[in-house]
Amino acid sequence: MIETYLRNFEAFSKNGGAAAPDWTRSLRLSGITRFETLGFPTTRNEDWHFTSVAPIAEREFTPVTSVTGGVTSKQIAPFVFSADWHQIVFVNGRFDPALSTLSSLPDGVRVMPLALAYDELPQLVEQHLGRIASFEGHTFTALNTAFIHDGAVVHVPRDLEVARPIHLLFVSTAGAADGVTHPRNLIVLDRCATATVIESYAGLGDGRYLTNAVTEASIGDGATLTHLKLQRESAKGYHVGTLDVRQARDSHLVSFSFATGAALSRTNIYTELRGEGCGATLNGLYLGDGEQTIDHQTRIEHVEPNCYSRELYKGILDGSSHGVFNGKVYVHPEAQKTDGKQTNNTLLLSEHAQIDTKPQLEIFADDVKCTHGATVGRLDDTSLFYMKSRGINARTARELLTYAFAADVLETIANDEVREALEAATLRRYTAAAAV
Amino acid sequence: MLVIKDLRATVADKEILKGITLSVKAGEVHAVMGPNGSGKSTLAQVLAGHPAYQVTGGTVTYQGNDLLAMDAEVRAQAGVFLAFQYPIEIPGVSNAYFLRAAYNEIRKARGEEEVDPMSFADLMDEKMKLVEMDGAMLTRSVNTGFSGGEKKRNEILQMAVLEPTLAILDETDSGLDIDALRIVANGVNQLKRPDRATIVVTHYQRLLNYIVPDFVHVLANGRIVRSGGKELALDLEARGYDWLLDEAIA
Repeated sequence: MIETYLRNFEAFSKNGGAAAPDWTRSLRLSGITRFETLGFPTTRNEDWHFTSVAPIAEREFTPVTSVTGGVTSKQIAPFVFSADWHQIVFVNGRFDPALSTLSSLPDGVRVMPLALAYDELPQLVEQHLGRIASFEGHTFTALNTAFIHDGAVVHVPRDLEVARPIHLLFVSTAGAADGVTHPRNLIVLDRCATATVIESYAGLGDGRYLTNAVTEASIGDGATLTHLKLQRESAKGYHVGTLDVRQARDSHLVSFSFATGAALSRTNIYTELRGEGCGATLNGLYLGDGEQTIDHQTRIEHVEPNCYSRELYKGILDGSSHGVFNGKVYVHPEAQKTDGKQTNNTLLLSEHAQIDTKPQLEIFADDVKCTHGATVGRLDDTSLFYMKSRGINARTARELLTYAFAADVLETIANDEVREALEAATLRRYTAAAAV
Repeated sequence: MLVIKDLRATVADKEILKGITLSVKAGEVHAVMGPNGSGKSTLAQVLAGHPAYQVTGGTVTYQGNDLLAMDAEVRAQAGVFLAFQYPIEIPGVSNAYFLRAAYNEIRKARGEEEVDPMSFADLMDEKMKLVEMDGAMLTRSVNTGFSGGEKKRNEILQMAVLEPTLAILDETDSGLDIDALRIVANGVNQLKRPDRATIVVTHYQRLLNYIVPDFVHVLANGRIVRSGGKELALDLEARGYDWLLDEAIA
């Protein structure tokens, strides 16, 4: 309900947002104004053609006010990959210093909550926040912008390589029930910096809540950002999350989106290749069951020449779940010699599962190499026969092929801890077998 | 060991096998030859239980049991092995895992204990030498990105590990260069034992220089039109198939 958000914005401006710098006030105001104009998208909106947001739009979500506390490190343990990582934890949208482990960051590398960054990194924040994630046509980003309050800021200065991953972990507890959080993150990699940032969303209870997250990332000349997004919200939760990236020349983005939680989720991964010699790799895996809707929209904008992009999204859908993949590769007239490849493959395990897939190429340059394709299907009979002809029983063969379908894209994750954890979880989910 | 009587099979309602009769005893090597489209590969696939083929008549008895009544995996567990003409790629499943899963299923079916990954690795070391394969192939996904020769060697590796009683090689020589052919043939010969039998389906006599058959059968238009000893293969090499087809018609 739009009115609820407008009313809550008034209250938020008076207290929650009051401590932020002045310039954020006008940013937030333009956010709420745009949100009021756009309203919630209907399925007539091309970007939302396959996913109805009615379950979100028709529900009243109020800002979560209950302060952190009460969450123990034991509770978040299933979502923590390694005690060695640099980790910043948010509970119900609020920074939790007790659960965060930021003491061993390399010199010069900064990871902190937004409120602190306003004071400690004022120029960096003002230079980037709200400048990358456009909300002109994006309701949820406009709404997030209106309620900018907390989130993580990551800054890696030039030539520095952060060896261990930086983990931004957002957990929602039962205290978030009927509430909405608007995490807002900013990742800035200066010239030739290298870092792996993992953005996790996890539900601890079975509350019905809305996470509406936006992450902006600026990748400087020659820098490489590896970004993994893991969406494991509660079964009744709703999740809308956008990653909006701007790449300078010779920079690389390696993105992976893993989505398995929430009743309804929408993940947007957008990147603009704004310099020559850039590369973008966007991979992902969605696993749906029951009545879930899992929607991905990706957009790769080739603005300058001699860049490449690679995209592989795979999904396994069971029950009556509904998957959406809408991937757009947009090649501007100047972007000659663009080399783009986009693939979406979905495995349907039940006759009620459904996928809408729409890989799109829009090419305005004449000297490019771009391909795209999508497949939707069931397990391949020939592969099943091959396995059975080796003595493997039919059930094991089906389980193994299902797992293998997912493992094929999981193996592109370079980080060992994440890859192994996701492989193990996927194996447990689809097979009765031991480690592959 | 294997008795095929008047076997008929169709694919997509088209009759491919039109009454095949053939007996294979333990210790024997049978070569099945014939022109393209004669039904050679269909015979191999039907024996392995490929679901795309419909058996419409005849019987196949394997070790006294009705082979056609068994599911593909039961046939494999009973010792039937088909080396595929076009081995299937399975991205996401490592060769080592696949082999161990198959090996253990077959051991289970025989009432033997499953082996752990460590003891299996030792077994693999030995078998890999047989087909001159590099250890790195084990960690790669099954046949994924393998060259044609690597895929065929991988089939023979599987055969070496699973030690079938009845091995059926479906045009394993097609697409192989002479070195790969020698390696594959050597692997097959090493596995020969008096209690095992081999059916070699091939288009070329060349393979039979390396794997010497006891019997040669010529298939044409879904029927065996001539059976003989290994010298029949040499005749075919010298004279082609046409004279046989002409005789069959006459």
